[in-house]
Amino acid sequence: MTTLLEMNAIRKAFNGVAALSGASIAIERGEVHALIGQNGAGKSTMIKVLTGVYHRDGGTILFNGAESVLTTPREAQATGIATIYQELNLVPLRSVTENVMLGYEPKRLGTFINWREAHRRTREILMRFGIDIDVKMPLGSYSTAIQQLVAIARAVSLDAKLVIMDEPTSSLDASEVKVLFGVVRGLRDAGVSVLYVSHFLDELFEICDRVTTMRDGQTVGCVKLAETTKLELIAGMLGRDPDEIAQAGMTEFGGGAAKQGEVLLTAQDIATGPRLSKFDMTLHRGEIVGLGGLLGAGRTEAARALFGVDALTRGKITLKGAGAPNSPAEAIRAGLGFLTEDRKAEGIIPGMSVRENLTLALLPKLTRNGQIDRARERQLVQKYIDALGIKTADMEQPIRELSGGNQQKVLLARWLANEPDILILDEPTRGVDVGAKREIQMIIRDYVDRGFGVVLISSEFEELVEGADRIVVLNEGRSIGELKNPGITEHKLVQALAHTDEVTA
Amino acid sequence: MSQSNPTQTSLQIGPLLRDHGGVVALIVILAFNILFTPNFLQLQTLFVNISQVATIAIVAMGMTLVIATGGIDLSVGAVMALAGALAPLIFQSQFGVDYPALGIAAALVVPLLVAGACGMFNGVMVAVLNVQPIIATLILFISGRGIAQVLTNGNLQTFSNKSFSYLGTGKVLGLPFQGWLALAIAVILFLVISRTIFGRYVLAIGGNERAARLAGGPVTKVKIGVYMICAGLAGLAGLIVVAINSASDAARNGNLMELDAIAAAVVGGALLQGGRAPIFGAILGAVIIQLVKYTLLANGVEDEVALIAKAGIILAAVYVQQTRKE
Ligand SMILES: Nc1ncnc2c1ncn2[C@@H]1O[C@H](COP(=O)(O)OP(=O)(O)OP(=O)(O)O)[C@@H](O)[C@H]1O
Ligand SMILES: [Mg+2]
Repeated sequence: MTTLLEMNAIRKAFNGVAALSGASIAIERGEVHALIGQNGAGKSTMIKVLTGVYHRDGGTILFNGAESVLTTPREAQATGIATIYQELNLVPLRSVTENVMLGYEPKRLGTFINWREAHRRTREILMRFGIDIDVKMPLGSYSTAIQQLVAIARAVSLDAKLVIMDEPTSSLDASEVKVLFGVVRGLRDAGVSVLYVSHFLDELFEICDRVTTMRDGQTVGCVKLAETTKLELIAGMLGRDPDEIAQAGMTEFGGGAAKQGEVLLTAQDIATGPRLSKFDMTLHRGEIVGLGGLLGAGRTEAARALFGVDALTRGKITLKGAGAPNSPAEAIRAGLGFLTEDRKAEGIIPGMSVRENLTLALLPKLTRNGQIDRARERQLVQKYIDALGIKTADMEQPIRELSGGNQQKVLLARWLANEPDILILDEPTRGVDVGAKREIQMIIRDYVDRGFGVVLISSEFEELVEGADRIVVLNEGRSIGELKNPGITEHKLVQALAHTDEVTA
Repeated sequence: MSQSNPTQTSLQIGPLLRDHGGVVALIVILAFNILFTPNFLQLQTLFVNISQVATIAIVAMGMTLVIATGGIDLSVGAVMALAGALAPLIFQSQFGVDYPALGIAAALVVPLLVAGACGMFNGVMVAVLNVQPIIATLILFISGRGIAQVLTNGNLQTFSNKSFSYLGTGKVLGLPFQGWLALAIAVILFLVISRTIFGRYVLAIGGNERAARLAGGPVTKVKIGVYMICAGLAGLAGLIVVAINSASDAARNGNLMELDAIAAAVVGGALLQGGRAPIFGAILGAVIIQLVKYTLLANGVEDEVALIAKAGIILAAVYVQQTRKE
């Protein structure tokens, strides 16, 4: 094997704050190479330096035996680097085909796009991932998971020497992850290298050959996965002693211990359209109710219905004895909160500061006579930055400059700060690192222990199975049963999802 | 973090232009005029320019708010004409002659209310019926001036009314009244944007409307409010123009003002996709637009060429904005 890519002593600072200070990585041909590190360690920045999105302040890059002088992502693609960025940069209003083919459309007479051929090719590319969708529909009309798979499919179809995947599985469920792994192995067998960034350490052991660990903008080590353990990797990321971490325990969520209080919310036989056709659930004070299901099962749709985003076409929602909200604003006043799964499209206001993003849902409570109480605002924001360990230069930094995981923490803080009675969390730990994930799970448990209720959606079965006190199982827009903790295992959940008809207990 | 060695300390023209392009442009124009335009450094010149700038600035500030939500308002010129046409009709009516004080009050309040109603129409079209802003405001752009001309039978209406003319010719501390008015409005709007919940929502809606709505932002109300403020300010500007001229000409009052206002807002740093509301930038933009007009006029360049120059400014401003993105 020979080396395909060598990045050495890379430095990059933003406004005088170093994001990378001497980071290095070397990738062999035909190797699946993992890159790990805490939120804000510099993984995405490293990738963007490589593909020319950012210009490095120092260091050398050798790609395919030559000094790399890429200055635009477009050039990177031309030299054989295909990238799936963490924040997908697809065009939601355009069709799936346009998104997959963008820049590489098959032409007739050298000018006119041959749409029939384009659709055909797109369908073929997507079929490799087992996605069978209408490619003429706008991409935005599909779920985040589908969008992510489309981005991956596009990158993989580009005939690259190196495929970079920045947290590709963050919104995929187990079966989709399996498909992805199949594709990754296929790439490796074809001699293509893959750079794989992920916070799911178990995944790495399944498909990666070597792993580079980053901490605070520097590389702290590179080892073969066969010669290390998960504990050692975590210790490397955090810069702590493995024994210490082992003692603290790994997962901490503890579903099933809840004492149910009064009923907060009931949904009876509700429907909002074809994607949610019959949904029932009850939530009490002090408990976490999970929504379990596969892609397209209607989990997000259920959350949107509860929060008053989508109007009901049937059924009844009762909130603390009162009726259902008709808009998000009303829902918030009635004591609801909803963390969306799509942080870029529906969560962050990119140009606004961390402070303004964090208090957005809280504004009515921070306001007297229309004026925002800015002292209290700053104080609250600082409290949550500290509590969630949000890595930011200061609270006035635009949120788009934060790393993905840190953006996620700001959005979670937006809702925690509001202290809603009912908090609906759609993928709350998407993109956050192992350490922070555990902290967030503890924060959620604390939250319900204080007498609030949480509806939890997670495509990570482990999080759901361990965290939820009960799981409402959904399939194709219908709730088909309920599981109760303690006693739920991933196996039982998968069974419940598979045997869709006869689930009861 | 260990060693952070900032390497971007060297002075570069690019970033300087990008961040302070408006100020740089202003200095260039001023320097040019001082050197080449006869009688530029005279008080009279200052007065003329302030009274002209004030109307552009007042409209541009409203436009800045609309643009901050990701919208645009093409109807401001027409609304100016409408408000301007109404005022003399009121204070010259029998009622206005019988009760002069009340007549003046009504001549100020009623046109502003009508302008506000125009804004509400625009806002409802955009926020409730989801019509694209450019189309929604095109309706009044076309019909508003028509209504104004019908009201005045298409005639030029001259009048002499000292109290009303104060709006356009009065002086406070030696400077034109409308200049102070524009400044006061700027301060108020600046505080609204930076300190109030309404202002925060305006920026949030422009930054990411879906996110703003899901975080409980009253998107519909805020958008309607923004169009109402914009139209109200346009109405005020229409009154000022009429007061300056002691005449109302529905065909010319506010003609092409939408372009000046949009240009001033953009030159002042407003992003057309929304999310930013540089109020004082709008004033700076208005000053630049007015000075360019004045410079060309004072140096004998024809009106048509002046239009091309204006287009050039917009182009330059948009170009600078494009390079601002990382
Ligand atoms: N455009 C930018 N402007 C300013 N700071 C930035 C910018 N991009 C990244 N940073 C900073 O650089 C650091 C590294 O960010 P990066 O996105 O590379 O982290 P990451 O390792 O990918 O984290 P995550 O796991 O959360 O995705 C962070 O502190 C971040 O705030
Ligand atoms: Mg990242």
